[in-house]
Amino acid sequence: MSPARTIVAGGTVVDPVAGRAAPGDVVIEDGRFVGVTRAGEASAAGATVIDARGLLVLPGLVDMHVHLREPGFEYKETIATGTQAAIAGGFTSVACMANTEPPNDSAAVTQYILDRARLAGRARVYPIGALSLGLRGERLAEIGEMHRAGIVAVSDDGRSVMDAALMRRALEYTRMFGIPVIAHEQDEHLAAGGAMHEGVTALRLGLRGIPAAAEEVMVARDVALVRLTGGRLHIAHVSSARTVALLREAKAAGLPVTAEVTPHHLFLTEEAVADYGTHAKMAPPLRTQADVDALRAALADGTLDAIATDHAPHHHDEKEVEFDQAANGVVGLETALPLVLRLASEGVADLPTLVARMTCGPARILGLPVGTLAPGAAADLTLVDPERRWQVEARHFRSKGRNTPFEGWEMAGRVQAVLVDGRILHDERPQAAALRSA
Amino acid sequence: MAFTQRHLLGLEGVPADEITAILDTAASFKEISERDIKKVPTLRGKTVINLFYEASTRTRTSFEIAAKRLSADTINISASTSSTCKGETLADTARNLEAMRPDAIVVRHPSSGACHLLARHLTCPILNAGDGCHEHPTQALLDLLTIREHLGRLSGLTVAIVGDVLHSRVARSNLHALRTLGATVRLVGPPTLLPPDLRALGAELHTRLDDGVREADVIMMLRIQRERQGANFFPTLDEYAQYFCLTEDAVRLAKPQVIILHPGPLNRGLEIASAVADGPYSVIMDQVTNGVAVRMALLYLLVARSKAEDALEPEALVEPSRRRTGGRA
Repeated sequence: MSPARTIVAGGTVVDPVAGRAAPGDVVIEDGRFVGVTRAGEASAAGATVIDARGLLVLPGLVDMHVHLREPGFEYKETIATGTQAAIAGGFTSVACMANTEPPNDSAAVTQYILDRARLAGRARVYPIGALSLGLRGERLAEIGEMHRAGIVAVSDDGRSVMDAALMRRALEYTRMFGIPVIAHEQDEHLAAGGAMHEGVTALRLGLRGIPAAAEEVMVARDVALVRLTGGRLHIAHVSSARTVALLREAKAAGLPVTAEVTPHHLFLTEEAVADYGTHAKMAPPLRTQADVDALRAALADGTLDAIATDHAPHHHDEKEVEFDQAANGVVGLETALPLVLRLASEGVADLPTLVARMTCGPARILGLPVGTLAPGAAADLTLVDPERRWQVEARHFRSKGRNTPFEGWEMAGRVQAVLVDGRILHDERPQAAALRSA
Repeated sequence: MAFTQRHLLGLEGVPADEITAILDTAASFKEISERDIKKVPTLRGKTVINLFYEASTRTRTSFEIAAKRLSADTINISASTSSTCKGETLADTARNLEAMRPDAIVVRHPSSGACHLLARHLTCPILNAGDGCHEHPTQALLDLLTIREHLGRLSGLTVAIVGDVLHSRVARSNLHALRTLGATVRLVGPPTLLPPDLRALGAELHTRLDDGVREADVIMMLRIQRERQGANFFPTLDEYAQYFCLTEDAVRLAKPQVIILHPGPLNRGLEIASAVADGPYSVIMDQVTNGVAVRMALLYLLVARSKAEDALEPEALVEPSRRRTGGRA
């Protein structure tokens, strides 16, 4: 019996590994990539053909930083709804943070997350284990057992590891497994009680600020610990221009340090909070235009390796309160891709570079076999119509979280179809709608 | 009348003619409080809720007296008796209150922006009686009225505001309104309580009291919160007083006709020497008197006038100017 063959034909294929975007056909057999041919050269005999004319064909996107909230906070999001949101936004792989209830600080919870993800059958889910037991920042969690169960990194994300000695041991110990430590960098003493960036807007609004230095002192400390230990450090959601400078220095010194940035930190400043809008409240906070400019430059030159959404769904009731009482975080899975396309059209970087930050960049950091079109790799693809315009309306999100700071934004670029293992999991193509209604 | 606001959430961005309209209205209302029978029917049949999530004697009493002198019914709700201890959210509390059809809600709350949250949920006018470290607009308006009465103008004056500027909603409201009306504002305090970004809001910054008050027309002292001592903004209250307590020596550096303001309650010997608080240049009691007039003016402008414009109950509107000439009510 001949293998099931699919051809994604006529699109512009973006190969982030090669740094190329060119017309071509993607050939898939039995759920794996066979290769990319020149447009029209793949033999369509006996194959299912997916018409990708006018579309960008990207490796399935990878989001290395999401909060799926399950177990424990299913009222905010579940693994099923979160991975559905991921697919709708073009992400075929997500890595989920450990701050659930109970936290993912044991192999049993890791296994539970993987089971729930398999049951949901949407995006691939790669759990991130807690660095410390109970995320308490005191003792190492059983990282080895969790690694056996399938974690791809450790992190106490949501909290900073304030104990430098614990961070040192984590960086040393994880070397045994070759996985990175993902650090949420915010000095808790400097940030105490803070609700937004410390600057003119916070002063005007009478809100306690979180200075950029709260991030920078921790990054400087942890870079020093990497130099000491040789462990792999990944900095989550970089927000400040000085952090970028510290990263540049660390990378120039050849240290194994990587970093990510969120779409909201690439587009918004502290002024998004100006009317006490809690949908612009997150940690780290939105900072200044100078920070946005520095982050964009760092994204282009590779100082920032990945774009990650820090998708953080919350219930409406947790945001519809006094600003200082409101939960931190915004959802991001369903708005990230058009925002990144906007970066391309604004000339921040070329499309293959930006796609790399959402595919092979994060995949390399976490050692995932995805985010590539390489022959033999699982056939995960995201097909996007870069011209299609739409307006963000949170009530249409697949995510349970409606807490987006981009409500009402006009976006260009909409996911048309998503394939995982060569199977179509999401289809918004006009002809698909026509078929359904027929 | 140039006043167009639907709520009074703060003074930032309120144009000069609107602030002047409030002050003029307040000035015309002052006479009511001097009468034998201190009541006019302007807000008869209206309900004003004082929703206080923070302890307050002066401000709440002032609002209550203001409403009563306008014949409004007032209800006081304080955090200790409200349902917040049962876990109700601010938005839910507000929605419940609105369902009882009040005509205005006066709100004091420890969170900055709490009044903005309420204004998003409610249609009735919200008067900010102090929200966190954000604004305390009625305090600033009564300060402005007091300064204008004593010095005849606001434009061109130099006003020194001394103390815990970082956490002060009084300082913020005064800074915005004074700048809008053309005064020079100096903010004075230790660097820990005086972030440099305040310059972007149009203030001059001074970390030495003498420099801050030199040749000033007005000195406004801020109350220092005792709990700041534990948070390392300064080592001890005693040391704070050594550097920032307003003494007669410091007052002598200011203009001869200087006036001294303080929003109260006073920490005598801490931020202000008794000799200064009780001295001839102190206008602290005038501030308290003007507080009632300013709050009457705002209730009138936000409640009576807006309803009158809707032509619902034109008889409820009694022009203060007509009252004045019309003899005792």
